[in-house]
Amino acid sequence: MAEIDRSLIGQWGPEGRMCVEAGKIAEFAKAVKDGNPAYARPDATPAPPTFLMTIAHWMGSLGESRQGIKLDYRRLLHGEQEFEYVRPIRAGDVLTFRSRTKDVLQKEGKRGGTMTFVIGETEFKNQRGEVVAYMRNTAIETADAVKG
Amino acid sequence: MSWTFESVTEGQALPPFVVEKLTRTDLVRYAGASGDFNPIHHDEEFAKLAGNPTVFGHGMLTAGFVAKCLTDAVGVENLRRYKVRFATRVWPGDTITCAGRVVRKYEADGEHRVDGEVTATTQRGEMAVTGTFTAALPARG
Repeated sequence: MAEIDRSLIGQWGPEGRMCVEAGKIAEFAKAVKDGNPAYARPDATPAPPTFLMTIAHWMGSLGESRQGIKLDYRRLLHGEQEFEYVRPIRAGDVLTFRSRTKDVLQKEGKRGGTMTFVIGETEFKNQRGEVVAYMRNTAIETADAVKG
Repeated sequence: MSWTFESVTEGQALPPFVVEKLTRTDLVRYAGASGDFNPIHHDEEFAKLAGNPTVFGHGMLTAGFVAKCLTDAVGVENLRRYKVRFATRVWPGDTITCAGRVVRKYEADGEHRVDGEVTATTQRGEMAVTGTFTAALPARG
């Protein structure tokens, strides 16, 4: 069952740093089978739309993006993921990110027990201090253990 | 070539992108690229202990395939918003078809924009991912 510290909802957590590297972009593009030649070009290499998921390499755990919330990982589902792109992100950028829990909703599951929906948001700024993107995700802690 | 605002009509389909027979190697490659090392996506024993028949694909891997389908049409840096919802899981051996369409064409914030819907469907006809997007397209003027 989720433990929720409501006083921390909306509060930004500590900042982290993420370097956007051309080699990582090429590796990521290959992993999502995207042969767009733009991802192999040597300069101004654009980041693919879901590249910000590589933030996982720059933080201790993805759970860090959920301030004030402790979830049972055996019951956790990734419900939704949203990206808002404000400015281009390219190889050579050094991004500063911070995360917060935007909202937590709970409702009764169909077969009893409580379902918890956690909406997390991460903001990314570039080396010029400009916001480049927001990434939001909805994690769902189900009432029962996740079935196969 | 990616789309221009004038060339696009409401209801227009994105050219589909098909990933034939997903492999375990594909899952491992995405784990390394993304940094998402949840063992449920690569460790057979772990996946089975958690009650699954085998390992299954990261939702964000499928979302990455859909993003490729999307940006081939609209252009990488023209995407303004991309949102996905995860429905059913994808398994090794699955063939995933990414598709989508334009729903609305309009001008906002000085840009020529389109909103649309995207999907990723397995060979069983199951929806793995559904999503929406907004893109700003180049216009003649």
